[in-house]
Amino acid sequence: MEPERTFFEYLQSFSEAKSPIDFVLIYDNLGRFFDGALVTLQLTFLALLVGGLIAVPLAIARAYRKLFFSPVIRVYTYVFCGTPLLVQVYLFYFGLGQFKAVQESFLWDPILSSPWWCVVIAFTLNTAAYTTEFMRGAIETTPHGEVEAAKASGMSALTRMRLVILPNAFRRSLPAYSNEVIFTLHGSVIASTVTLQDLLGVGRWLNGRYYLAYEGFLTAMIFYMAIVLLITVALRLAEKRLLGHLRPRETSSSAAARVAA
Amino acid sequence: MVVIFEYRQILIEGTLVTISLAVLSLLLSVVLGLIGAFAKLSPSRGLRRAGSVYTIFVRSVPDLVLMMLIFFGGQTFVTQIGSLTGLWGYIEINQFVAGVLTLGFIFGAYMSETFRGAILAIPRGQIEAAMAIGMKPWQIFRIVTWPQMVRFALPSFTNNWLVLVKSTALVSVIGLHDLVWNAFSAGRSTHKLFTFMTAVMVVYLVITGISDLILRIVDRKYAAGVRRA
Repeated sequence: MEPERTFFEYLQSFSEAKSPIDFVLIYDNLGRFFDGALVTLQLTFLALLVGGLIAVPLAIARAYRKLFFSPVIRVYTYVFCGTPLLVQVYLFYFGLGQFKAVQESFLWDPILSSPWWCVVIAFTLNTAAYTTEFMRGAIETTPHGEVEAAKASGMSALTRMRLVILPNAFRRSLPAYSNEVIFTLHGSVIASTVTLQDLLGVGRWLNGRYYLAYEGFLTAMIFYMAIVLLITVALRLAEKRLLGHLRPRETSSSAAARVAA
Repeated sequence: MVVIFEYRQILIEGTLVTISLAVLSLLLSVVLGLIGAFAKLSPSRGLRRAGSVYTIFVRSVPDLVLMMLIFFGGQTFVTQIGSLTGLWGYIEINQFVAGVLTLGFIFGAYMSETFRGAILAIPRGQIEAAMAIGMKPWQIFRIVTWPQMVRFALPSFTNNWLVLVKSTALVSVIGLHDLVWNAFSAGRSTHKLFTFMTAVMVVYLVITGISDLILRIVDRKYAAGVRRA
């Protein structure tokens, strides 16, 4: 005779013993996953924000080759785009300690010895390098007529950059930027390799603690999917709004064709 | 510098592991990419939907998460299936296999987008002409579609390959003794991680530099017959 059990206890024992995935355990630890998601989002958006701010002047310098530091920036973007992000994170977090001068500097204790800051620095430099390159492309492909028109109406070089070239370049690089946002989010999982408790970090912690095979990773995966979905929708809305003038105009015949289809 | 030279043996071994991992994943991803591209272009709605689900799934899950799921979860999963059906006992998925499967699966989705675009860029009339002179579907693929598809796909293919090479670094996290893992352990024991990580970066830059060169030669071969502006 089985003793009386509440429904939740029944669920719990079913989840632990019978179902391949212990969903009650996941439910119990959901709070940690939300904390992890917060860390992931913080890292991603901080890196994107600061990286984007760094990238704009660098892209301008790259697009107008006359400036002498264009080759220096090229070396920077080549190295950071050509090597794995994981190695860059290792270089900052584990590598910098090799130098006595760094360990004794005033930056060591608050910043360079903390995994969080090292990851933020590596992510920022990485995304800044990628952003610089595609934004340079967008600036270089500004239609010549726009620049000429701006010159003809008497704008100074700075005004031209501020009012004509940059806003249009930003718009045109938006699709590439959507990819960059997704890739930065994907890259942020690397934070878990230097002990940070981001989404994947929480998943690994859960699996390690209860000796599980899927639960932690599956939950982290679902969280990542939800975040990517939200970001994609938001960016698509932004694209629709900012690039609306580039979409093929709906004509009466195409609308009729759609109704017929 | 001297330290790097002392440890050259394990660095070279690691580089070979990294390269073979990347090449095998590339082969798998090309196969999956072709299947995916033809699924997306097929007249059957179910296949088209399956193709786009594949791409959307890969785009939304970070590579390391998938890799760990396949490495840690896949092991248990395969063993559980074995014990349920009684067909096999304990099966071990090693890090190399997990790495190839994951990277091949992920880049297969990107390749399928590349190939789909390339196939769409071939004028439809050429395929109709090939059908009109009585070519079989396989002949059409081999003689008409493939050579031009390679030409159109090459820039994006190159990009995918470069990203793939960089992604191989992640297998060191699940413990495969690749370039990053070997350099990391060497750096740990000598307390010179900065030096070793810099060396790793140089190796990756050399690999990407060489593959750039090779792909440029391939491009020249397949661009025969195209007038350059």
